[in-house]
Amino acid sequence: MNTDLYNYTLRLADNGLILSHRLAEYISCGPFLEEDLALTNTGLDLIGQSEALLKYAAEQNGKVDEDYLAFGREEYEYYNFHMVEYPNEDYGYVIARQFLMDVFNYYNYTLLVDSKDETIAAIAAKAIKEVTYHLKRSSEWIIRLGDGTKESHDKIQSCINNLWMYVDEFFETDEVNDRLIAAGIAADISTVKANWHKKVSEVLETATLTKPELPKYSLVYGKDGGHTDYMGYLLAEMQFLKNRFPNATW
Amino acid sequence: MEDNQGILWEVFVQPKPGRPYKHVGSLHAYDKTMAMEAARDLYTRRGEGQALWLVKSEDIVASQPEDMDAFFDPANDKAYRHPTFYTMPEGSKHI
Repeated sequence: MNTDLYNYTLRLADNGLILSHRLAEYISCGPFLEEDLALTNTGLDLIGQSEALLKYAAEQNGKVDEDYLAFGREEYEYYNFHMVEYPNEDYGYVIARQFLMDVFNYYNYTLLVDSKDETIAAIAAKAIKEVTYHLKRSSEWIIRLGDGTKESHDKIQSCINNLWMYVDEFFETDEVNDRLIAAGIAADISTVKANWHKKVSEVLETATLTKPELPKYSLVYGKDGGHTDYMGYLLAEMQFLKNRFPNATW
Repeated sequence: MEDNQGILWEVFVQPKPGRPYKHVGSLHAYDKTMAMEAARDLYTRRGEGQALWLVKSEDIVASQPEDMDAFFDPANDKAYRHPTFYTMPEGSKHI
């Protein structure tokens, strides 16, 4: 098994898996019916992408299936960004978190369409249509909230400020990443970073919002298996059924 | 509670290019762009169509239920308005 490729596949899969779980938690809590359904659609797209990636990871692993990878791992074996663990404090956080991730997903999958790994390229080709729409939708919301009333402006600005500390992890590279970039499999993170900043600046400017400075936040990253306090609670709920009824089928 | 869900829009879906648009329902949204996105998410998530029309509900001129008799009843007993008294040429179709 190519450990680098396996870890990279899980990193991609886990971002979608955990974010889709957060969106699932929000079902019926949307500000109005139309928005509730739209967010749920986004969550379903993300779980679909993750399912394909987890299947691919399970094939590489050979000893476990995708259900185990989704619901059976220990906390330190999940490799998602801290950003996606952040709770649904209110709709502002939900949409700010979504926007920051959508921009990342969009530029990351844009490059992965040309990955030399055929499976990842195929998954990216399908995902790019979905994330293009996600990004369009969340950008529109950021613009409307930012350039809306004073209250909506201040609220969404504070959401972006508070989530900003989880951004630096997106672009922190490591040996796994570097080796796969050299092999033409992983997305070149410096290109993703440049595109991400350009797009986020554009949208925030249109939304009359201020782009925060990028702090160095943490020495332990989600993609290495280190997580925020939120993750344990999230997993306790996400894994409940599998833990309580290990052989449940439906 | 104040209604802050935006204005009401009527949604029309075209199943395939060339086919007529069909009214499928309504939705709430604040402006054209958001209305279009909501329509996509609400009414085309199971492959129902390939194009959408949206119209503000308030822009639709609708007949009123109380006018129903005066408007439509007189047409009921005028069978001669139907072109059913002509002899059709043999073999003609789609008429």
